[in-house]
Amino acid sequence: MKAIVLYLHVHQPYRVRHYTIFDAGKHHDYFDAPLEAPESNEAVIRKVSEKSYLPTNKVLLELLDKHPEFKLSLSITGTIIEQLEEWAPEVLESFKALTETGRVEIVAETYHHSLAFFYSRNEFERQVELHNHKIQQLFGQTPKVFRNTELAYNNDLAVWADKAGYRGILAEGWDPIIGWRSPNFVYRPAHTDNIRLLMKNYKLSDDVAFRFSNQSWEEWPLHADKFAHWLSEAGDASNFNLFMDYETFGEHQWSDTGIFEFLRHLPIEWLRDEDHTFMTVSEVIDANEPVDYIDMPDTVTWADTERDLTAWLGNKMQHEASDALYSLESAVFSSQDPVLVADWRKLTTSDHFYYMCTKWFSDGDVHAYFSPYDTPYEAFINFMNTWHDLRYRLVQKGIEV
Amino acid sequence: MKVLMLGWELPPHNSGGLGVACYQLCKALSKKGVGIEFVVPYTADHGDIDFMNIRAAHPQGITAILKSGIAYDSYKYVYEDGHEEWFNMYDQQAAYEAAVGQLIPLMEFDVIHAHDWLTFRAGLRAKHLSNKPLILHVHSIESDRAAKEGGGNPLVREIEGLSLLMADRIIAVSKLTKQAIIREYNIPADKIDVVHNSLDLEMIEPLALDSTHAYLKAMRAHGYRVVVSIGRLTIQKGLTNLLYSAKAVIDKAPKTLFLIVGSGEQYNELIELAADLKISRNVIITGFQRGARWRDSFDVGDLFVMPSISEPFGLTPLEAAGYGTPSLISKQSGVAEVFKNCLKVDFWDINEMANQITAVVTNDILKDELQKNAMIEYDNLSWHPAADRLLEWYRIHSNEEIEVAQV
Repeated sequence: MKAIVLYLHVHQPYRVRHYTIFDAGKHHDYFDAPLEAPESNEAVIRKVSEKSYLPTNKVLLELLDKHPEFKLSLSITGTIIEQLEEWAPEVLESFKALTETGRVEIVAETYHHSLAFFYSRNEFERQVELHNHKIQQLFGQTPKVFRNTELAYNNDLAVWADKAGYRGILAEGWDPIIGWRSPNFVYRPAHTDNIRLLMKNYKLSDDVAFRFSNQSWEEWPLHADKFAHWLSEAGDASNFNLFMDYETFGEHQWSDTGIFEFLRHLPIEWLRDEDHTFMTVSEVIDANEPVDYIDMPDTVTWADTERDLTAWLGNKMQHEASDALYSLESAVFSSQDPVLVADWRKLTTSDHFYYMCTKWFSDGDVHAYFSPYDTPYEAFINFMNTWHDLRYRLVQKGIEV
Repeated sequence: MKVLMLGWELPPHNSGGLGVACYQLCKALSKKGVGIEFVVPYTADHGDIDFMNIRAAHPQGITAILKSGIAYDSYKYVYEDGHEEWFNMYDQQAAYEAAVGQLIPLMEFDVIHAHDWLTFRAGLRAKHLSNKPLILHVHSIESDRAAKEGGGNPLVREIEGLSLLMADRIIAVSKLTKQAIIREYNIPADKIDVVHNSLDLEMIEPLALDSTHAYLKAMRAHGYRVVVSIGRLTIQKGLTNLLYSAKAVIDKAPKTLFLIVGSGEQYNELIELAADLKISRNVIITGFQRGARWRDSFDVGDLFVMPSISEPFGLTPLEAAGYGTPSLISKQSGVAEVFKNCLKVDFWDINEMANQITAVVTNDILKDELQKNAMIEYDNLSWHPAADRLLEWYRIHSNEEIEVAQV
């Protein structure tokens, strides 16, 4: 059997409002931008719900109803769940409707979509546990497969996930790592025993996520029959790992590009062959023995042409902002103030550091598209001003920082 | 290709950015084989300039026209019989028109290219006498200088409006300027092309080892940070807003000094305002500077600020980048259309200006990151794309001339 392993990642950060040094010490409403501002979280949630979450979930539910073989996996961060609870509960209901079919598996990650693994193992584990708890509460599932923020992966992470009892972990199928091997099989991470590694087939995934609407792409327009044909012709393979942002459907690729038609027809075209099916991430791990082990001493992510952490931790501003934030960790927890802890955690979300990326001249357009700020410098100034206020709040409580 | 270039000033006899832009543009054009007759309205030696022919436009009976250093001042006319007379700006541009008219039969050219209103009537006269196409290059229009939509001197507006209407092609130094031309004079958009200014890196003189700003250097060594602004002290430059911001910055970061370099009609007003705001100890206003003091003023800054209310282009932030100083510029500037790695703020947003200045003077990492990335942009600056674009317009319009003649 050859399986499509479709895995979609659902996330929105709590964007920081335009917050000046004159707000610090006075206002602590970092995330409450007015509705008309580009960094308004409520406006983004409403817009993306309408353009992407609701129509996509509608199509996915139709597909689950129509095709018993159709299955998929989702990860959904705590920061978006909270925002959906507040501004778009109907979207959360539509996700529940998907999982109630029993054929949608939720993947584990950090609640706050943070890079805490690289800064504080304690906080990382707390955020994973928070997420786990939230998923159980909402969806009645206990995630068995782990993905780190931005697919940031290395051997240490795999060892951690193995010890934590996860059955699988996700990573980018990046050529310098895979070498002559194919991402279309199940692997075992180096230095582990039980856990399995699924690697994103980035070429096929990006055909959908990035190139789909690109009219100068030689394969444009991409229809489901052509795509299913490519997979059929791919030779020896057990699983095609199509990992992408959920917002590909309707947000990154707008409805008028035909992306929903593509999604609607993909199962029909793919399932024409009896040897073809869909699997969730756990199922594909159960169904296949690992063909080899993969050694990744250095961190690999799914972003940019470098596939490293430099989109979040590339320049001095990003390092300074992260270092400054995590330097407050113990003080924030010693305050035992749940609001302060929650605010601090919302700032650990990786997006804040992504907005500070200055790699504008090679792949800057992508960064600019996703940022609510005019420049990376403004993003940094804004973030550091909230940091000053966090420090102010700690000092007010008599906590040394 | 031969071009009759009508300009108001050239370095070292310039008062601001117009002369520098004309000089550097002509240099880039000459490298592409364009022959240039450059006519200026005053008598002076431009001995160092060898890539074009420079003429002074003297009306009959005048032996010399002497200009003072500052823009928009009067000109002294020396007559053959030895007596002297002062001309105001308006009379001066009219005299220039007449003098250019007399020069036309003596020069060969395919296109007329005139820079800003002072030369526009001369451009029209040259077009009338030679039947050659006229390209008007707008570095600023009257409403920019008055910092007010629909504002400025009506006599100047009349010259601008009429000339822009009659020109064969208009070059604007920014999208902002193009929009202003359309807004102020109802000129059809498709007649106006935007060609951004640039900077000739060969022209940037290196810093001397010994800074002329000994005091500010010493204060920096004591943990002070210096915010510098360089430009004419006129309403257009928005310096009163900078001082209000400075007040808020100094409240947050008392070890911040503001260096304001320039002269102009707001000089006394700004000194008084700083006193009223009780920030005179932190605000240094030096007057107009040239040479080493001018260059060192960029260098001594931790942040360069261009808070202009209306800046058709605005070269100084790019010059600052060359001297390793990051910039905060108003969004109401042409340079904001091309310069990415800098901070940008609406000129009226005093609070945000203060917020961003405070961030830079309290965080060296932000300063370093801005500086590093601005330097990469700076290193890629060149006049060549602008020269290529102009050459294309010269060809298009001079060919049109031939086609018309054949009909």
